[in-house]
Amino acid sequence: MKHNLYIQDVTLRDGMHAIKHQYGKEKLKGICSALDKAGVDAIEVAHGDGLAGGSFNYGFGAHTDWDWLEGLSEVMTNAVLTTLILPGIATIDDLKKAADLGVKSVRIATHCTEADIAPQHIAAAKKLGMDVGGFLMMAHMNEPKKLAEQALVMEAAGADCVYVTDSAGALMMDGVKERVRAFREVLKPETEIGIHCHHNLSFGVANTIVAMQEGANRLDASLAGMGAGAGNAPLEVLVAVLDKMGAKHGSDLYQLMDAADDLIRPLQTRPVRVDRETLSLGYAGVYSSFLLHSERAAEKYGLDTREILVELGNRKMVGGQEDMIVDVALDMLAKKKEA
Amino acid sequence: MSKIKVAIIGSGNIGTDLMIKILSLSKTLEMSAMVGIDPDSDGLSRARRKGVATTHEGVDGLLKMAEWRDIKVIFDATSAKAHIYNWEKIEPFKDKKIVDLTPAAIGPYLIPAINFEIDDSLRNVNMVTCGGQATIPIVAAVNRVAKVHYGEIVASIASKSAGPGTRANIDEFTDTTSAAIEKVGGAERGKAIIVLNPAEPPLVMRDTVFTLSEMADKEKIRKSIHDMVAEVQSYVPGYELHQEVQFEEIPESAPVFIEGLGLKHGLRTSVFLKVAGAGHYLPEYAGNLDIMTSAARACGERMVKSLS
Repeated sequence: MKHNLYIQDVTLRDGMHAIKHQYGKEKLKGICSALDKAGVDAIEVAHGDGLAGGSFNYGFGAHTDWDWLEGLSEVMTNAVLTTLILPGIATIDDLKKAADLGVKSVRIATHCTEADIAPQHIAAAKKLGMDVGGFLMMAHMNEPKKLAEQALVMEAAGADCVYVTDSAGALMMDGVKERVRAFREVLKPETEIGIHCHHNLSFGVANTIVAMQEGANRLDASLAGMGAGAGNAPLEVLVAVLDKMGAKHGSDLYQLMDAADDLIRPLQTRPVRVDRETLSLGYAGVYSSFLLHSERAAEKYGLDTREILVELGNRKMVGGQEDMIVDVALDMLAKKKEA
Repeated sequence: MSKIKVAIIGSGNIGTDLMIKILSLSKTLEMSAMVGIDPDSDGLSRARRKGVATTHEGVDGLLKMAEWRDIKVIFDATSAKAHIYNWEKIEPFKDKKIVDLTPAAIGPYLIPAINFEIDDSLRNVNMVTCGGQATIPIVAAVNRVAKVHYGEIVASIASKSAGPGTRANIDEFTDTTSAAIEKVGGAERGKAIIVLNPAEPPLVMRDTVFTLSEMADKEKIRKSIHDMVAEVQSYVPGYELHQEVQFEEIPESAPVFIEGLGLKHGLRTSVFLKVAGAGHYLPEYAGNLDIMTSAARACGERMVKSLS
């Protein structure tokens, strides 16, 4: 079964991480509208950590998810309005609120070994009439066959699509290939496969293309790569590559290039790029969203960001454990004082 | 003084750990019956080996047991849904009380370190959640010094310590814990987050508490938290403050935007806790199990004080 390419923009969800969840309401609406006009298939909007992510742990947003989502479905003519939740942070009640605001699609995200906390939410989203993606984060931490078993749990619960989510930007091309292939081997032909990359090792676009060649049809990307860590696969670059490959899709390259440079780059107060810190995320296999929190802890306690990130990797911290960044920093500080 | 007879409904991780605690530690409670729904469950076979009467027919089976008549306290370690059914069956027996370890919360929330002085006429009390037992005492400790506007907790537990019941109902953790942060902890608004970590070897349970309160004397808050930690340690020996209490002033000029409260400033207090289990049923990493069953045991023992 051949599925059409489906490009989902994450500038207004993953991109939240890059600016501490501070998009203004009107700004966000403008970006959403530009993406819609440029022909992307879906636009994801939420706090970076999904609905109800606003907190001390992950950072409070400039607005609530409900304020950001309000009125968006009315300005969109083409794209599907989507959102994301992490069970353990958001609940089914939050999903219902999003549905009331016109959200038609949702991704239910869990760590790559914990798919069985998602069936309740997947079933509820299906009941609300939503298109549902299962989002297996930190996919580099689970081997292909076992990751595929987790994908089956999400498929059995009703997911229309399951994603290989490289939250740490730590997968290389073979790693992506093996995981998507393992999905294709066990999932039903009608179940779609998605790919979500981070650019920490500069593989954002390359990994997305490899996944596509192995049968993934839902591709995540963001304008100017706006996302956690070194960002996601940059949407305008991905679309340029798809054009050159002759792949069929509905997005307009020049409009996306303009939106990336005119609307997004000016917002990037901390450059979204591969540098010492973001490369460390990919190198150490650390959740990309830890970046700004670790930089802040390093500054507050007089430590080195890279050392904090590497230690978080050593301790096998998973997405959502941002509280452990300060904990690690305090441990390092105590050790330094001893020495 | 003879011990008071008790039953446990639910032969999963929590029920089994609680059984071991009562059998080996309690001076006032006697394990009279262990109730499950799967005759092959590890919990029921352990009970049989220890000479505890068992049934695999749930609460209906319990009501038919010879032991039922003398049982005074029932611990319910099933699920929120099952608890509603179980309470319906048990409620007519007016001489019996129930300690609810599910998130059903038909009765009021009880956290021994905070509101232990329960009314003797109360017949159903709820133990909130593992994360709630670990963190809400800290929210209350801040709140007794400075009014807490907002209390947020993050519970990280080892994947191996989360049974199928917990996994299938993760929203109940979030909802019940948030509600109890407000009702028992005293925060105007509560938020709860739970994260499962699959690392091997499994990581010991960690809990982090953030509060935003009115500005107050930091040393007073610090002392109040240390006192509260000692209080919880009296019934959960593996409970500890893992880092010194951290403070950050959030000035009026740079407030945070909290859903439901709007722009808020004040004092942010961060508390990093570690909860090591006693290693009764699951190993040390399962502090989440231990704090729940230790609190329930303490609660059961408190309930029978007036009986013995």
